[in-house]
Amino acid sequence: MGAQLRELRQRIRSVDSIKKITRAQELIATSRIARAQQFAEAARPYSQALVRAMEAAAERARLDNPLLEGVEEPRRSAILVVTSDGGFAGAYSANVIRQSEALAGLLREQGQEVVPYVVGKKGVSWFTFRGREFGGSYVDFTGKPSYADARKIADDLLDAINTPAEEGGVDEIHIVSTHFRNMVTQEVRARRLFPIMVEDVPEEVHRAEAGAVRSGNGGSSGGSAAAARTDVLPLYEFEPSADEVLDALLPQYAGNLVYTALLDAAASEWAARRRAMKNATDNAGELQETLTRQSNSARQAEITQEISEIVGGADALAAAGSE
Amino acid sequence: MAEDLNVEVVAADRKVWSGEASIVIARTPEGEIGIMPGHEPVLGLLVAGAVTVRGTGGETVVVAVSGGFLSVSENQIAILAEQAELADEIDVAAAQADLDALGEDGDGAARWAQARLDVAASR
Repeated sequence: MGAQLRELRQRIRSVDSIKKITRAQELIATSRIARAQQFAEAARPYSQALVRAMEAAAERARLDNPLLEGVEEPRRSAILVVTSDGGFAGAYSANVIRQSEALAGLLREQGQEVVPYVVGKKGVSWFTFRGREFGGSYVDFTGKPSYADARKIADDLLDAINTPAEEGGVDEIHIVSTHFRNMVTQEVRARRLFPIMVEDVPEEVHRAEAGAVRSGNGGSSGGSAAAARTDVLPLYEFEPSADEVLDALLPQYAGNLVYTALLDAAASEWAARRRAMKNATDNAGELQETLTRQSNSARQAEITQEISEIVGGADALAAAGSE
Repeated sequence: MAEDLNVEVVAADRKVWSGEASIVIARTPEGEIGIMPGHEPVLGLLVAGAVTVRGTGGETVVVAVSGGFLSVSENQIAILAEQAELADEIDVAAAQADLDALGEDGDGAARWAQARLDVAASR
């Protein structure tokens, strides 16, 4: 009986220290989400200006770049899989990998070869364990990606797409990453980065801009005039030429796309980690309560037994004395 | 000029500088370009080097850029570079170390290090 009580007390102590650790992890993750969001916010002016310039240049340049115009029958595709370096984030990496496997299956059905490019240690070990070959692996920054990291990935992807498929290059680039909707919802998204889908990003920016301008002006007449102005791009003079400007813009655009995806994924990773750690803390609390109850009843049982032993002993003595 | 230029210098991960200016001087592959209020819309590439912004108050801001481009329309100037640093922010030792490590083989990173050193030297 004494042994049981001692064991329970030991377990309560260890659960208590686990709870402290997970609680600390939860707090860290919460502050990291905010920081990841600040980085995403800081990157926004660049993305917006870049998209606007791309639109202007694309209108006037010849569009024979492999990043803009896909081949008729793509044979090889790259998938950039954005997972995390660390664990303790629930199913964050597993979800991304599952989605990327689904996309890979879809592409293989269309007769394409798939080359994964993997971000994050979790993804790298998943692919390595299964003996899959991959085009590139990038680790040690997923919690706090820098532009240089994104640049490196984008350069590798651009090298691949600028190489013909026969020589080991790819025709299309897809990305599977997690989008941070809010603190409680993050969703895994699979998108095609290149060749650029015309209706994809620019449309979103259009809408966002038009909305912002309208709400800023208030009056309906001013709003419509401003909206008309955003639709018509100024007649830019290109320096040196529209083609060259576009050719220089596309790699920057690629870097920007990867960077924003990494930032989005980083915020999601921390949100997933925060939730996982909160659950762990809650569970530890519950376990602690249950164990405390058990140890209390064990203690009571011990006391009860001691009393009954004393009483039994006294009775036996009294019985022996009276004889 | 009645109006001032509205200038934004933006790097890939942050806004480096923004404010009003009377003239902006930058370097394109075809030479220096100076932009004053009322300039026609331009979308130009930049080479690694200094961008000089003369503020309306007479102050001068020098920014080192790693390349990128500049867009001008209706007195709004956006200077976009993957990397950009204000002259005061440049860490000369780090730039020199980068340049030494890369050698002067003329690729992007080396030009960026050189640009930072040049801008730092002129401040």
